[in-house]
Amino acid sequence: MILHDLYPYFILVFVGFLPNEVWRWLGIVLARGIDENSEVLVWVRAVATAVLTGVVAKIVVYSPGALAGVPLWVRLAAVGVGMIAFFLARQSIFVGVGTGIGALVLGNTLFGG
Amino acid sequence: MAQHDPDSCSTTRSGGFFAGVRAGYASIFQIVLLGTFVSIGALAHDLGFSAPWVVLSTVLVWAGPAQVILVSSLGGGGAPLAVAVAVGLSGIRLLPMVMSLLPILRSGRRQTAALLLAAHFTAVSMWLESLRLAPTRPREERLAFANGIGTSFLTTSVIATMSGHVLAANLPKGVVAALLFLTPMSFLTSLTRNSRHLADRIAFVAGLLLGPLLAFYQIGLDLLWTGLIGGTAAYLVHLWWERRR
Repeated sequence: MILHDLYPYFILVFVGFLPNEVWRWLGIVLARGIDENSEVLVWVRAVATAVLTGVVAKIVVYSPGALAGVPLWVRLAAVGVGMIAFFLARQSIFVGVGTGIGALVLGNTLFGG
Repeated sequence: MAQHDPDSCSTTRSGGFFAGVRAGYASIFQIVLLGTFVSIGALAHDLGFSAPWVVLSTVLVWAGPAQVILVSSLGGGGAPLAVAVAVGLSGIRLLPMVMSLLPILRSGRRQTAALLLAAHFTAVSMWLESLRLAPTRPREERLAFANGIGTSFLTTSVIATMSGHVLAANLPKGVVAALLFLTPMSFLTSLTRNSRHLADRIAFVAGLLLGPLLAFYQIGLDLLWTGLIGGTAAYLVHLWWERRR
């Protein structure tokens, strides 16, 4: 049945695409008439930043999928080591991300289950 | 003036677009997206989703955390309505991101389709790189420039999603864990580098503390509250600091 084959794609559009995309559309509407240097944007950007670091902290503390198999203290320590390397390397994202991943793999190999 | 000539306008636009594509391919986020979407493709394979389905989800949803929720909840047998609510909650962050980016990209002309595209491309990777690089371009080029960055990021991610789905059977758990760790590490380092203002820095720390705290106490809409409380507190400190000077 063609309808049966299309069902996963209906779900994708109504459960995955629309509930997510609607925020982008609302963002377009609300951005109308706001100036690049407006004071409101300082607040909006602060809200966006807090949500994003909130997402990061949640991924590290309450990890999804395979990451949950790595001990919590190894995840936290790997973030710390990565951030120290990031600052020592004059804020190089490449060094920070690479060192953090390296620390995670090493810690998981030594102390993981 | 050259900018009133329609031909030179479209030349500027395509120039801006290709400059954006180049900037996108030079970005560290190429590696981050590659790893992130290989892990999403692998996850989708393991939970029984077809390759075209998960590739289309990368194109349509274009938000890593939402896709992880979508695939893992649907794959785990979650009710579609509950999954839609969870995806919708994770997408709230896109609203302030789009709202803060578009005023930097817009020029005076009518450009609805290009704005819709830029809003769709808005995800953490594209948002961070556009906020950082677009202000260095002439205003008429910025929208095309940001869409160039978005195009290069999406292309890589589609290929990565596909590869993850194909490779899934051969990826050890430790590798997938390392790939999933790319997201928090790259978000943290890029956000640190982009947080130049006092309000951004305070919001950065507030989000780190509030995110897990509100989740621990199982507060509904925890990320929404994290943003509103953390962001507003940071803004108030910024106001107080500006007045004091």
